[in-house]
Amino acid sequence: MPLTNQQIIERLTEKFGQDIFDIHEPYGLLTFTITKDLNLKVLRFLYDEPDLGFTFLTDLCAVHYPDNVGKELAVVYHLHNLVENIRVRFKVFAGTEQPDVFTATGIFESANWQERETYDFYGVNFVGHPNLKRILNVDEMDYFPLRKEFPLEDQTRTDKDDEMFGRGNLIGLN
Amino acid sequence: MSLPEYHVKLPDGSIEKQTTTLNLGPTHPATHGVFQNILELDGERIVSAEQTVGYIHRAFEKIAERRPLYQITPLTDRLNYCSSPINNMGWHTTCEKLMGIKMPKRVDYLRVIIMELARISDHLICNSVVGVDTGAFTGFLYVMQYRELIYEIYEEICGSRLTTNIGRIGGFERNFNDIAFRKIEKFLVEYPKVLKEFENLFSRNRIFMERTQGIGGIDGQRALNYGFTGPNLRAAGIDYDVRVHKPYSSYEDFDFTIPVGKTGDCYDRFLVRNQEMYQSLKIIEQAYRKVQEFKGTDADVFHADAPEYYLPAKEDVYTKMEALIYHFKIVMGETNIPAGEVYHSVEGGNGELGFYLITDGGRSPYRLHFRRPCFIYYQAYSELTKGSMLSDAIITMSSLNLIAGEMDG
Repeated sequence: MPLTNQQIIERLTEKFGQDIFDIHEPYGLLTFTITKDLNLKVLRFLYDEPDLGFTFLTDLCAVHYPDNVGKELAVVYHLHNLVENIRVRFKVFAGTEQPDVFTATGIFESANWQERETYDFYGVNFVGHPNLKRILNVDEMDYFPLRKEFPLEDQTRTDKDDEMFGRGNLIGLN
Repeated sequence: MSLPEYHVKLPDGSIEKQTTTLNLGPTHPATHGVFQNILELDGERIVSAEQTVGYIHRAFEKIAERRPLYQITPLTDRLNYCSSPINNMGWHTTCEKLMGIKMPKRVDYLRVIIMELARISDHLICNSVVGVDTGAFTGFLYVMQYRELIYEIYEEICGSRLTTNIGRIGGFERNFNDIAFRKIEKFLVEYPKVLKEFENLFSRNRIFMERTQGIGGIDGQRALNYGFTGPNLRAAGIDYDVRVHKPYSSYEDFDFTIPVGKTGDCYDRFLVRNQEMYQSLKIIEQAYRKVQEFKGTDADVFHADAPEYYLPAKEDVYTKMEALIYHFKIVMGETNIPAGEVYHSVEGGNGELGFYLITDGGRSPYRLHFRRPCFIYYQAYSELTKGSMLSDAIITMSSLNLIAGEMDG
């Protein structure tokens, strides 16, 4: 019998109880949130249990919700059971004050760079990561650029010297 | 103890060591892209490799947070630029999934034709470049004219060749013209023979086999753990293909097989890509026949009925009020996107290309993350090359089909 979202969530609540919450299924993909410190236990459980078998980490990334005080950063995991062909997505929330989340590199080699990328752009500190340093940005950067406090420039701003950007009056023509 | 006389005297302050450090890249002709490898060599054997990426990082995920959806399509072009139509279609289908737009079958089939042509051009470049790196330039030049033909087909449809920006959210910008169909026919007739000849040049070639067999191999379990997808995973014996596991754009209507390898080495990756090109041809043939079956007004369908997201025809903009309003709203990016959270993936040239899109009801994504297959499987490179020769590392790199644009996002 194929694995269903219902069965997965039953198995998880049986094991972790109240630590699994906010369960919903946007576009059919089972999504839930777990207590921050349990992320490795849940990953391990989903990986090891023979009837669940989520052995493929599809994607790992973060989202910044600045209004969610104390829990600004969400780390999102997408897992895939390739045999049953079913996916799950779960999130853990951490505050920007102390964004510590356990690393998944012990289970998935593929988490290594994805966590580095997440650290690089959101500053999530993956505890236990073997080589947590910036990957796409320059090493000297001292902020986390994908956080919402760094808005992209307003395209209509007028205080810039347009001549430097090929707009406005060209030098020597007026 | 005094040093023997032939020992090289190093300048003061130098560190003496047994191994050689070699910087391969960031701009080395053999890397086919901008990324660096710091290799530690013992003679010609690789002791360790450390990859540095990010030289052409362009912050697409950040830029996307300020753009209306249709302006994000040109960003996806620049991920895997060897098969940009697949990226474009992946993005369109993600948006359509979010907004619940159902595509007419004809549009799906036209998209399939374009995506499979793109897959062929992607694999063609990869395989012929593996040939170049093993010392056979002929194959590369020979197949280039058929990539040219594929690019001409794109040109008939969207006007551009490499970074295509092909199609729109909700369909295509215009119907395929007769020249496009004639060129697709020409491709279907001529290309199989060319591919056969290309295959003959390599697949049983003694030099090629010895250079690629047992080089850069990985077993299925490790490949999964490293997050491999696409031809590289299938070469390791695991038949995961998004087109079959989660069909999009009506892939379920087509009959094709997924070729798999066994050892996951450069040779198997080459064979898998070659076989996939035959399968792609088979899909294009079926799709072409299905498209030809639409007659009369059905044959003019090239977009869905989604006025809020699909740009109306120009003559309607001048004559109809609603069309003018929608035109204005779409062009100015003033269409609100429904709030939601969606993950959608397509089978790109290199594997599962995923789009994780979160919207909050505004006019641009709240968060957009690209799952870039290259970035994920390039991590395995140091494991794949450990203990092999420097020249094997080059072949491993090209046979993994690493595309710097996709890696850096």
